[in-house]
Amino acid sequence: MSGEEQGAETRETPLTGRHRALGARLIPFAGWLMPVQYSGIIQEHKSVRSAAGLFDLGHMGQVEVTGPDALAFLQWVASSDISTLNPGDAIYGMLTNPTGGVIDDIIVYRHPDATAGYLVCVNASNRDKDVAWMHQQRAAHPEWNVTVDDISDTTGMIAIQGPNAEAIVQSLTDADLSEYRAFQWLPATVGGVGVMAARTGYTGEDGFEFFCDISGVGKLWDVLMAAGEGHGLVPVGLGARDTLRLEARMPLYGNELADDISPLEAGLGWAVALDKGPFVGREPIAAMKESGPPRRTVGFRLVDRGGSPRHGYEVQVDGRTVGQVTSGAMSPTLGENIGLALVERGVAGIGKPLDIIVRGKPVRAEQVKVPFYKRDR
Amino acid sequence: MSSPANLKYTKTHEWVRIDGDTVVVGITDHAQGELGDITYLELPEIGDSVSADAPLGVVESVKAASDVYSPVDGEVVERNEDAIASPELVNSSPYDAAWLIKIRVSDRDKLDALMGPAQYDEFAGESSH
Repeated sequence: MSGEEQGAETRETPLTGRHRALGARLIPFAGWLMPVQYSGIIQEHKSVRSAAGLFDLGHMGQVEVTGPDALAFLQWVASSDISTLNPGDAIYGMLTNPTGGVIDDIIVYRHPDATAGYLVCVNASNRDKDVAWMHQQRAAHPEWNVTVDDISDTTGMIAIQGPNAEAIVQSLTDADLSEYRAFQWLPATVGGVGVMAARTGYTGEDGFEFFCDISGVGKLWDVLMAAGEGHGLVPVGLGARDTLRLEARMPLYGNELADDISPLEAGLGWAVALDKGPFVGREPIAAMKESGPPRRTVGFRLVDRGGSPRHGYEVQVDGRTVGQVTSGAMSPTLGENIGLALVERGVAGIGKPLDIIVRGKPVRAEQVKVPFYKRDR
Repeated sequence: MSSPANLKYTKTHEWVRIDGDTVVVGITDHAQGELGDITYLELPEIGDSVSADAPLGVVESVKAASDVYSPVDGEVVERNEDAIASPELVNSSPYDAAWLIKIRVSDRDKLDALMGPAQYDEFAGESSH
């Protein structure tokens, strides 16, 4: 039960003072001081599923990729097929490494103005690594006329997620939100703040992620909080963000994804376009697809009581180690312990048993279909 | 909030109520607040021996698993089955409904080292900035 540890290099977002005033518990995360919870993880989680939640995403990184060869560059560094994006579209993908592992998972947004290039949203923990990698790849291809610009320090980011998100945002903007589909983004004025409003998120619910100039973040937060009164909107910390994304079976870098885990092993083959032409890591990923991935990421639920599965816990079958838990938690929506594990492919299969080793003792689990939670559409 | 005056406290955020030759042990309001929503308790069996300053069980929240430490040497004589069945009681009633275990004390000297409420409040305040 350690207290809050604030390193000298821990940065605050423009909203940190508001989080303190709301009574949030603040923790260091990826070099940032971020709210882990306000009222409590379970309550915040359930509010996002039933109403709406507001998230400070000031720690996330944003990289602008512009120039005549921006598409060629992104096709080379990203796993998904960026050429499929019309102006105003977004796509999930990964920055893959030469050995077929994952540097980061990203969303690439094509600007609605076709000449204005792309925005790549990256994880806070990987921002410096990603930017260095992109600059290195750009330098390795001097024939490409492309500019890579880390605009994280001047870009603010807030998400609103949940079934009431659209109604709340619609009350603050003239833009017709019913025109927005998932994985589109468009410029809008929300409560007087100019934003790029993206219909993306990390919770399994409908909602928006807003990008704006960092000077507008405080006002944007305030107008959304005010408009959310009567719609059940609550501020949500990183704790519930993690349980929400796990129920929706969305990967977390450092858990499901790593330098030495293939997208195929992570269950993200759908985000790898092997047929789009050459890209970093294509050959080892294609070879693994041919032979079959040696490990699989599977979903499970605990059948017996014995505590919650957590990242790094050993997984056994018949007393033999077959893998590790990548993420696990007591699911607030399901009221049972769920998790994802990276295991030898031979033991993977829905309905098949696993033993999760919790504090030295095996706890019985069964493999289940994922996602654990899917919203009604 | 002040901690109850009739209890003693450890530096690992357990509370201790001395009752003859037994002690009742739970975790403090500060501790439950730090942990957040409690989802699971793992406590020793009746008859198990426990040692001062060694883990006697585990409290799990949504976010993490944390050890609970024994304040004394002794033997477990009772455990709170209601709290085991409904771990959220630790959040709502850490000093009453969610006591965790009763221990028959074999070495009373350890009790002298525990903090009083004022001393604990100051200690807990310092550890949460």
